[in-house]
Amino acid sequence: MKVLVPVKRVVDANVKVRIKPDGSGIDLTNVKMAVNPFCEIAIEEAVRLQEAGVATEVIAVSVGGSNCQEQLRTCLALGADRAILVQTETEAQPLAVAKILKAVYDREQPGIVIFGKQSIDGDNGQTGQMFAALTGLPQGTFASNLSVTDGKAEVVREVDGGLQTVMLSLPAVVTTDLRLNEPRYASLPNIMKARRKPLDVTTPEELGVDATPRFEVLSVEPPPGRSAGIKVESVEELVDKLRNEAKVIE
Amino acid sequence: MSVLVVAEHDNSVLRPVTLNVLAAAGEIGGDVDVLVAGHDCGDVARSAAAVGGVSRVLCADAPAYAHQLAENMAPLIVEVGADYEHILAAHTTTGKNFLPRVAALLDVAMISDIIGVDSPDTFKRPIYAGNGIATVKSNDAKKVVSVRGTGFDPVPDGGGSASVEAAGSEHDAGISDFVRDELAKSERPELTAARVVISGGRGMQSGDNFKLLEGVADKLGAAVGASRAAVDAGFVPNDMQVGQTGKIVAPELYVAVGISGAIQHLAGMKDSKVIVAINKDEEAPIFQVADYGLVADLFAAVPELEDAL
Ligand SMILES: Cc1cc2nc3c(=O)[nH]c(=O)nc-3n(C[C@H](O)[C@H](O)[C@H](O)COP(=O)(O)OP(=O)(O)OC[C@H]3O[C@@H](n4cnc5c(N)ncnc54)[C@H](O)[C@@H]3O)c2cc1C
Ligand SMILES: Nc1ncnc2c1ncn2[C@@H]1O[C@H](COP(=O)(O)O)[C@@H](O)[C@H]1O
Repeated sequence: MKVLVPVKRVVDANVKVRIKPDGSGIDLTNVKMAVNPFCEIAIEEAVRLQEAGVATEVIAVSVGGSNCQEQLRTCLALGADRAILVQTETEAQPLAVAKILKAVYDREQPGIVIFGKQSIDGDNGQTGQMFAALTGLPQGTFASNLSVTDGKAEVVREVDGGLQTVMLSLPAVVTTDLRLNEPRYASLPNIMKARRKPLDVTTPEELGVDATPRFEVLSVEPPPGRSAGIKVESVEELVDKLRNEAKVIE
Repeated sequence: MSVLVVAEHDNSVLRPVTLNVLAAAGEIGGDVDVLVAGHDCGDVARSAAAVGGVSRVLCADAPAYAHQLAENMAPLIVEVGADYEHILAAHTTTGKNFLPRVAALLDVAMISDIIGVDSPDTFKRPIYAGNGIATVKSNDAKKVVSVRGTGFDPVPDGGGSASVEAAGSEHDAGISDFVRDELAKSERPELTAARVVISGGRGMQSGDNFKLLEGVADKLGAAVGASRAAVDAGFVPNDMQVGQTGKIVAPELYVAVGISGAIQHLAGMKDSKVIVAINKDEEAPIFQVADYGLVADLFAAVPELEDAL
């Protein structure tokens, strides 16, 4: 069984982003980029399925500019067997990404597709579920545990009230939450090996997908500012301030 | 113009976040109908009908909807939502699960996690962990939107007398099954609805030490939350995580104890009205957003705080 893992190139989670002065978007010049953390967890899970003998091949796929090759190489170094870049210089929105991935799915016929639950730039949290709808597959979102046996996937989901377990028939879609696993680091030999692993490049047009944007971002503004308040010297002073100044406790 | 709001509930109680979603629906304008999809969920439908401003409650009561599995919910919402221009749900783990699936079946984009309505097709939503607020215009005929509860003041619960009608057929995709829930039981107010939240981080050192926070929470009627580090370390369960990828809270008072203030944590709490930070490191970034900062060892300060309240 093949496992397909869609990965997104995003700003590194540790970067404090700046908004362009003209409000047209986020300034990404000379900013450190990385594999979306949830996608790294997805790759790790796929590699573990392979190590456990459940998966036969792990394929990483990314939709984006040619520089996404860097992130795909990282995935190859982390244990993916091969990679596919669907190259487009206009930013593909979640629905378009889901359609593109469906075309890849139709070609590759994987048994499981593991997404991240959310990309940390757009914070959409949509693509996995949209892909599941387009392919008619069941979905186990926000997974903190995945076990695959007898043609089924049991997924433990992190939900608002606690945990929920669902059983899905295969093929299935899983989206990762933070506690699914702890991704490994790529070793130097594996980074070297990754350079020789196959990385195919295609385009939305070749896959026959219309990736036209459906919504426009009119502007991006900074959030309402919040400035540091004061330091209090003691618990007594804190309680006094909360009671008599902020008036948030009785 | 009309809006369909998918109710958030557990088959017996209408969850308060639905009232925040209804507020967003009210800002969009037009008739607002509510879909209650569940099993043996008549009480929920009646509660929804009693909310002011609701025109009609559509109730899809069938075993296939008992656990609101996305595979079954999505075709139902597509069916029931056929004549609506807007379909809204809360940006909770339930809404996030089925709504993108609905959007894809309708071949429209989804606008996630809105905190403002500029016009019926233009919305405000946070991106990059709340470091930017994007104004987004949908060009699709139908708008599928998830709503951040803390972005909208709830509509008053009551004063309505909408009709309740059965709606929708039973869609059972037969590809997924509910196995079990392990839901945290707590006497405390729900995190996202609490007036006061006190959260602990890695500085708490153990799950046992969270008892210190509970002592304070008892006195303030507060909910208890946590940073990701505290959840990852196994101190407390996942449903307590506040942040970009956990719960978003905006209480009157947020008390961060032994939490450094990483951007991902701030994303979940920086809209709180008053923020207090207790941390032994005076350089901790949490102090940059705290209205009142106390540089102290939490193991001394928290018991003292409990006594002082
Ligand atoms: C993709 C992604 C998503 C994430 N999502 C979230 C999220 O949703 N929520 C979240 O919280 N984090 C999230 N994180 C993690 C985040 O980046 C931080 O790692 C995390 O918030 C740190 O938790 P912390 O402040 O408890 O721990 P630390 O950063 O280790 O801070 C512990 C603090 O405790 C203080 N301390 C220690 N002992 C004491 C004492 N005795 N008395 C007083 N103070 C003490 C220390 O000075 C320190 O400031 C995410 C990260 C990534 C990459
Ligand atoms: N451009 C992309 N290329 C590949 N995978 C993507 C892309 N965008 C989103 N995804 C996948 O969808 C998940 C959720 O993204 P989003 O819906 O944008 O929050 C990510 O973690 C990826 O697994």
